[in-house]
Amino acid sequence: MPAVLTALALLVGALVVLGVAAWPLSRSVLGARVVHGGVALAGLLLAAGGLAGLLGGVSSLTLPFGPPWGLARLALDPLSAWFLLPVGLSAACASLFAFGGVHGPVAPRLLVPWPLFLAGMALTILAADGFTLLLGFEAMSLASWALVAHDDAQAANRRAARIYLGFAGFGGLSLILALGVLAGGAGDVAFAVLRDAPPEGWRAAAVLALVIAGAGSKAGIAPLHVWLPLAHPAAPSHVSAVMSGAMTKVALYVLARFVFDLMGPAQPFWLGAPLIALGAASAVIGALRANLEDDTKTLLACSTIENVGLIAIGLGLAMAFRGADLPALAALASGASLLHALNHAVFKTLLFLAAGEVLHGAATRAIDRLGGLIHRMPVTAWAALVGVGAAAALPPLSGFASEWLLLQALLAAWRVGDLPFQIGVAAATALTALAAALAAAAMVRFWGLVFLGRPRTPRAAGAQEAGGAARWALLVPAGLTVAFGLLPGVLLDLAEPALRLMAGAGAPRAGVLSVGAAEGGARYWPVLVALLLAAAVGAALWFVRRRAPGGVARFGAPGHVMRGPAWDCGFIAAPAHLPFGDPASQPSAAGFGQPLRRMLGTSLLAAREAVTMPPPGATGAARLDAGFHDPALVALEGPLPRAREALATQAERLRDLSIRQCLGLTFGAVVLMLALLAVLGGR
Amino acid sequence: MSFGQLGYDVAHLLGGGVLLLSFVLLYQRRIGAVINAFAMQGALLALAAAWAAHAQGAPALYVTAVLAMAAKGVLIPLALHGIVRRLDLHRTVETALGIGPSLVAGVALVALSILVVLPATEGVRALARENLALALSVVLLGMLMMISRRNAISQVIGLLSLENGLILAAIGVAGMPLVVELSTAALVLMIAVVAGVFAFQIRERFDTLDTGSLEEHRGERR
Repeated sequence: MPAVLTALALLVGALVVLGVAAWPLSRSVLGARVVHGGVALAGLLLAAGGLAGLLGGVSSLTLPFGPPWGLARLALDPLSAWFLLPVGLSAACASLFAFGGVHGPVAPRLLVPWPLFLAGMALTILAADGFTLLLGFEAMSLASWALVAHDDAQAANRRAARIYLGFAGFGGLSLILALGVLAGGAGDVAFAVLRDAPPEGWRAAAVLALVIAGAGSKAGIAPLHVWLPLAHPAAPSHVSAVMSGAMTKVALYVLARFVFDLMGPAQPFWLGAPLIALGAASAVIGALRANLEDDTKTLLACSTIENVGLIAIGLGLAMAFRGADLPALAALASGASLLHALNHAVFKTLLFLAAGEVLHGAATRAIDRLGGLIHRMPVTAWAALVGVGAAAALPPLSGFASEWLLLQALLAAWRVGDLPFQIGVAAATALTALAAALAAAAMVRFWGLVFLGRPRTPRAAGAQEAGGAARWALLVPAGLTVAFGLLPGVLLDLAEPALRLMAGAGAPRAGVLSVGAAEGGARYWPVLVALLLAAAVGAALWFVRRRAPGGVARFGAPGHVMRGPAWDCGFIAAPAHLPFGDPASQPSAAGFGQPLRRMLGTSLLAAREAVTMPPPGATGAARLDAGFHDPALVALEGPLPRAREALATQAERLRDLSIRQCLGLTFGAVVLMLALLAVLGGR
Repeated sequence: MSFGQLGYDVAHLLGGGVLLLSFVLLYQRRIGAVINAFAMQGALLALAAAWAAHAQGAPALYVTAVLAMAAKGVLIPLALHGIVRRLDLHRTVETALGIGPSLVAGVALVALSILVVLPATEGVRALARENLALALSVVLLGMLMMISRRNAISQVIGLLSLENGLILAAIGVAGMPLVVELSTAALVLMIAVVAGVFAFQIRERFDTLDTGSLEEHRGERR
């Protein structure tokens, strides 16, 4: 259906125009609302276009303009159509949230890059040649960098923006090299041409390594994940939501496009191994860090690393299955990946927006300054609970369905390859289970510390919930999370053409109401599970109320509910000058994470603890210092700059060369090139 | 044209002579002899151009020949001799690399250019191929001379002999427009003038023509 693709291309153009127009529009409240409303509408249209693309067929479009050496090409096939869904939904919800948050003129540096960001993501997905893909990818990177760097008054934000820009440059460079290796000497980077000459042997391995470096650094695959926990807190909340929900998915789309489409189906199974290994490492590190961070948005960014790792495991498994000629299992693994990409986009957008609402209402991101918000911000709390449940992979919410499918694929992976591969996959299975458990713990910590208990500061006690558009921006993704969780079979049926493109087969059919690992294999009935859970919870509620002493509460008689004082966990009553209770009598963010920090953090994250005792006889308090470092960030900020410094010092010495030595350098270079030509030309 | 034909053999002989004179330039120890060898190279180049004009039936190349003979065979060498006399230079050439090693390096460069040019130009006329190999060798030897001599006059001669290589390549290719060669010749004259002025200035300021003495006067030294 070329009409859909034409409409989408026009939409990208309209977003660019909106980005330019945002400059004059930013002067007024109405203008800012127009921009955010326009982006929300564009997000919805993108998702609708994705739906139409999945239901329709493959279409392609050659634009009447392009780079000097040819015309830009766009295409809409099932894979790109599927990835339009998470991008569109995430951007629509986030923009709705931002729409509700406009109370005065918005700075142009915050408003102008926002439509361009979405335009870049859409262009990356719709691209059908390497140049257009890179153009969109870089536009996405630069626009999001501008948004990350918007608040440059704080040194931490400047550092985050600097590191983010470094990663963006590295990723773009790797993708350019990957395209170069893939295209070889032919020089034509149209996807249709690249598909006809799939790489083999070391070229395929080189392309894969470069794509993992390029797309993986954008998606947050370990060890290139360090920018996420830095950049997400620096960006405004709606931007972090889209960076986490949509931008990482665009990077994964690029990965899938290269690996499953452009590199052709005839690749050996072991090419999937690096993705599985790196994905498992990302999942564990991300989930563990999410248990240790004490900033809400940093925590959620670490959870994003975990989920991206899970999706990468699924993609790697799909590669391995396809290489081993097991298309049904490949469809299972890629189905799990696609489903999790969509689910994660929706629930992580929800969680980031909830964190943004908390930041707006209670004016802080520090968990240690929040608490008890369920009373002051009930809608946010319950919406966040839905997202937290999905992130913790609780049935019947959306995260469970996709993670269940992924585990089924992992459990079936012993069919592939030889012993080392099988042992590796077994280890990856264990790590995935560990990551899922850690993620659940992190989500309990996040929701429990922020929304339950007592307020830890007066500001948290006086938090206020916004209404209007911001509320709907939370309720819509919460509803989608429940719906996607209840109907994963429908989504898998929708993804069928994309799975055929990636794996060469459709996912195992298991009807509308369930998903299955294989024909006749294990099945998961979400609606049934939901009913069972509802029945169990209802029965427990009924039982508790029935057993309650008379006069306190009776089931079915809500008017007679009597509130008692909250249980104070056995602590003595707080003194009168602490009306919100003694903050020390509640678990702190660091205290909640302490067991995991001691168990896993010492080896994986170089966690340390030091107790400084006061000298004997002194009456001062002892001091406990605890913390951890991400080894990847330490390496990035330690040896790497040192090596660059040493290299620069060496290069400086070139300036002291004499004229003859400078001429000699030129001469040596010419002779070297000629020698190279003689050697290579002789072949 | 191929072996055994007069046109080919004479062109080959003249081109080879130009290359041989490049080697002669490399092993001269006295500056007057270097200038004389350069003058001979220019004269041989003029002959080669004239022969190419005759063989290719391209009268424009006669202009090239006349220009080469006038500028490189006569005028520039005379001017250089004048400079040497007026500045009363030490007549020995100060080498940085040594005569023996530079000759060995020169032979290696000729081998390299043959290895590069012959496979890269398969299917082209034999004359053009060998001419190109010879010309590339002359260019490389000129560069080698520039970096292996300390004296400014020798370096200028290295540059001019490099340019001889370019002209040699140009006359081997049929159909090279005259304007290219004219502009190259004008360029060479400009280079010679600038280099002469420069040499005088160096001599006046530092009392030597060793370009190494410039090093002490560079800015931004760390």
